Amino acid sequence: MLVPDSLPITDDAVASAVDAALAAIDAAGDTAALKAARSAHAGEQSALARLNASLRDVPAEQKAALGKLVGQARGRVQQAFAAREEALAADEEARALAAEAIDVTAVAPLGLAGGRHPLTTLMEQMSDIFVAMGWEVAEGPELENEWFNFDALNFDPDHPARAMQDTFFVEPEDAHLLMRTHTSPVQVRALLERGLPLYVVAPGRVFRTDELDATHTPVFHQIEGIAIDKGLTMAHLRGTLEHMARTMFGEGARIRLRPSYFPFTEPSAELDVWHPTFRGGARWIEWGGCGMVNPNVLRAAGVDPEVYQGFAFGMGIERTLMFRNEVHDMRDMVEGDVRFTQQFGVSA
Amino acid sequence: MRVPLSWLREWVELPERADADHVHAALVKVGLEEEAIHGSSLTGPIVVGEVLEYVDEPQSNGKTIRWCQVRTGPSDSGEPEVRGIVCGAHNFHVGDKVVVALPGSVLPGPFPISARKTYGHVSDGMIASARELGLGDEHDGILRLVTLGLDPEVGTDAIALLGLDDVAVEVNVTPDRGYTLSIRGIAREYSHATGAAFRDPAKAREVGEADGFSVEVRDDAPIRGRRGCDVFVTRVVRGLDPTRPTPPWMIARLGLAGIRSISLPVDITNYVMLELGQPIHAYDLSRLSGGIVVRRAVAGETLTTLDDQSRTLDPEDLLITDESGPIGLAGVMGGASTEVSDATTDVLIESANFDPVSISRTARRHKLPSEASKRFARGVDPLVAAPAAQRVAELLVELAGGTIDTLGSEWIEAKRPESIALPEGYVDGLVGVDYSLDEVTDSLTAIGCQIRLEGEGWMVEPPSWRPDLIDAPSLAEEVARIVGYDRIPAVLPVAPPGRGLTRTQRVRRALGASLAAAGFSEVLNYPFSTSAQVALMDGDGAPTMRLANALDAEAAHLRRSLIPALVATAHRNRSRGLLDLALFEVGRVFRPEAGVAYGVDAVPFGSARPSDDVLADLNASIPPQPWRVAVLVTGDRRPRGIGQSAEPAGIADALGAAHLVASAAGVALEVRQGSHPTLHPGRTAELFVGEQSVGFAGELLPRIAVAHDLPRRVAVLELDLDALIALGEGELVAESLSAYPAATQDLSLVVPVEVPAGELRQAVVEGAGELLESATLVDDYRGEGVEAGTKSVTLALRFRAADRTLTQAEATEAKMAGLALAAERFGASLRA
Repeated sequence: MLVPDSLPITDDAVASAVDAALAAIDAAGDTAALKAARSAHAGEQSALARLNASLRDVPAEQKAALGKLVGQARGRVQQAFAAREEALAADEEARALAAEAIDVTAVAPLGLAGGRHPLTTLMEQMSDIFVAMGWEVAEGPELENEWFNFDALNFDPDHPARAMQDTFFVEPEDAHLLMRTHTSPVQVRALLERGLPLYVVAPGRVFRTDELDATHTPVFHQIEGIAIDKGLTMAHLRGTLEHMARTMFGEGARIRLRPSYFPFTEPSAELDVWHPTFRGGARWIEWGGCGMVNPNVLRAAGVDPEVYQGFAFGMGIERTLMFRNEVHDMRDMVEGDVRFTQQFGVSA
Repeated sequence: MRVPLSWLREWVELPERADADHVHAALVKVGLEEEAIHGSSLTGPIVVGEVLEYVDEPQSNGKTIRWCQVRTGPSDSGEPEVRGIVCGAHNFHVGDKVVVALPGSVLPGPFPISARKTYGHVSDGMIASARELGLGDEHDGILRLVTLGLDPEVGTDAIALLGLDDVAVEVNVTPDRGYTLSIRGIAREYSHATGAAFRDPAKAREVGEADGFSVEVRDDAPIRGRRGCDVFVTRVVRGLDPTRPTPPWMIARLGLAGIRSISLPVDITNYVMLELGQPIHAYDLSRLSGGIVVRRAVAGETLTTLDDQSRTLDPEDLLITDESGPIGLAGVMGGASTEVSDATTDVLIESANFDPVSISRTARRHKLPSEASKRFARGVDPLVAAPAAQRVAELLVELAGGTIDTLGSEWIEAKRPESIALPEGYVDGLVGVDYSLDEVTDSLTAIGCQIRLEGEGWMVEPPSWRPDLIDAPSLAEEVARIVGYDRIPAVLPVAPPGRGLTRTQRVRRALGASLAAAGFSEVLNYPFSTSAQVALMDGDGAPTMRLANALDAEAAHLRRSLIPALVATAHRNRSRGLLDLALFEVGRVFRPEAGVAYGVDAVPFGSARPSDDVLADLNASIPPQPWRVAVLVTGDRRPRGIGQSAEPAGIADALGAAHLVASAAGVALEVRQGSHPTLHPGRTAELFVGEQSVGFAGELLPRIAVAHDLPRRVAVLELDLDALIALGEGELVAESLSAYPAATQDLSLVVPVEVPAGELRQAVVEGAGELLESATLVDDYRGEGVEAGTKSVTLALRFRAADRTLTQAEATEAKMAGLALAAERFGASLRA
């Protein structure tokens, strides 16, 4: 072990060693310089180390006073080193962080913005209102047999009501195939397949021979509901529709039923919903059709109308989206322009 | 149905100031939906003027105009008495009363009138033609009021004079309410809605008697068991002048109701049809040979209808015939041979009732939807035939001169409507309202039913104009409607507990959310395809279902694949400057099998459940319509940004999407090298779950992409969603996780360049066995140090044991086992 050379302990020598050390600490601009200063002024061959070593040789009666003198000097220097070290470390961290700064307002996105089609999410949202009440979601084919689309729904083959729905027929002619004109054939399929009591909604695509324009599209979406049980009345129909309207549009939502005609319901009604913020003034908006399921529909599905009765309703999804989100042109929903879908994002 | 308010007011009490909105609001309450308001769009001042003198002035353009002096105001008015007006017509004389649109008025068009300089004069207004006033189509000259039989004072307001100030409300009539295709029906409904007093126009006049004209109904082939005709009333009017003008009020009402004025006799028959709902036909009596026989057509028979079309008749067509043969398609359109002309003096009026089914079939068969067939198809009140015939006869006498003859006929064999049993409480039980007994009976009485008590309820006989009332629910609707739907309370029904969404529905939602979160945008394309679109993914001649009446005959196929429409949608987006695209669609495709004849010869008739066999046939009659999910990417998957260069999209994105979909369906996909005629031979993958192929991903052949106006690089994916969901059936058994430390090692293998890295990896995984937890392909190196024709593929391997800390030696042993299998399958060797 290297033993420091001793240095006579005097007040001057101690003061000069301390001054030199503090000056060097002050002068150290970075941790490397500080390390060098520590080695020079607190290392084994430094003046303070040598003064400390000289304590061995002083007479016993001076030991206490000189020891104190040297000890205090070393303490002061150590403190100064520690303080300087901390300040330098903080400086250096700050510089390093400053060097890593980026403009967060300019960060490029991870990738493209995606989105689900609002017609899809709207159908899900409307379905969920019913699922929450214990109903189930049923589906059926888009290319249907005419029987399910018309005959089973009490559309007489010669009744003008068949012509109300401009039907896409599927070749070959007279094969009784068509693109379903409404989601109502799912009513019949559900009655035949699911048994009673029955509470289902059926969202899906439907087809009519309308040319595409701002308010028409040959391919659109509906959600159908049917409830068949013992003792269901039009009051239950209204209660269900009112619940649906309030869930979708808020507690203040109001609905109105107007007499109407559909072959598969009797009594039948048109359903309006009050639109308080419609462009051009608050007004009733036609939302869908509904009514008590015609006994002939139940008979066609093998259900005894003397025992069971119930209600059905259907509304257009496009129409709902149009007034809910103020979409003014049907074409925006069908053209697949990504700007339309991206506005709605991934939200459900 | 368009209803002029002045006309409605004749039969039901309208409040003094009732306007179109008031009438609409009332009619909506009883189920007549508001469609539109029609009004004459002209505004005054439009007055009666008298032509004082005129000068014919030939013009350089070859025309001759008349410079007229027209007196338009009485001498004591402040307005100029006499105006100079330029007129292009020459059909008038000095002294004629004409209609003058003064400066400031607006004629329909809109066509504002001002004093303007033309042909060297200032024309201080315009002399109007009938068409310019919205009074029919006449435009061969200006309207001379004498032709309407009018000689009003000069300065008279022509708008009021000609009935041009009326408005009509248009309501949508549902197919069950044929009776509201008449002023009579609408007035009755207005009365139901408001309680206003209604006067039945069918009972407004005495129906005279007539006899002696031979009418025979001989229906040898009733359709669906229903005789084609059960009422046939005729009247004869003699000595009339069919060339007399139709009065302006009638022209105005017909016009507002949407019917053009043609001639006085035709206008009168139309007028009565609108008023009473009874279609009427008038024959030139002198052109009839003998009496009338109503019968079905004989195959091969022909008839020239009023529109001068020769029509070949079908044995189902119901005809009006005389001794000469067919003279009309009953209830649809009359024949040309007996048409009333300007020379007609004696007419036979036909007011009949025909079977709705027969009429609608004939109208459809001959593509002849007419005002008459529309009403017959919906059912006409059989008891209105005689009053309607009487009304026509009286109007002919009043407006065309002539006298009503005693010759005629009155064959009325309409059945009374069947009475309906309505048990007490039935209406309440269906509608959910506690109606009083009076509310039930009063409502039904109000709509014209006859009611008698029977047992615990009533027997209800509907009125003759309500063929739609056939059962208790239809009566319940009437009670609910007349009392008002507002009375129905809201009660939320309690459904039995449900099972929630099906797995299929949950998977569809999950994959949609997942793809959207990954940057894909959902589109909902039409399923209509062109032949070229079908061929794109399925080749020429792939079996498709086709629409019989497509909107675009070129796009009559139903899609077999979602991809062609995605290609078109991508193009539409790019044409709008949206170049970086990641699209997806989830939807059904239509995949008929070759050689299978879909459809059925006949569908079950009537309201009874078909047998299980018939239902099975119906279900088998439609082609498979599986759900698919497809994706298209092009442009950049990550756009250029600050500190980030653009990353072009490609097959990696399509494969990434495939794994997202598979994950949503709960299956793991295996990617294998694939091929497809439309896809890049070196960039196509076939996707498997186990050994079942579930779809493909790949890049379109660049020339195909370019041919569709897309960039060279377009990647697509299509998966059979039904198959994925079926394969993902069953609950996953979770692995228990080992907390012992992992041992990681890299493995670099040299193999021929053709060896797919994925298959090489699979060999290592199988060979290494249980201890291998994960194997990731991290490098593919070719070049210096690796023999030509080979490549070095590096895998990062992670080993772990379930029950102990693994030694490096154990990990190495497992790795070498992986190498051994890779060597066996692909000749892999460890890279030196």
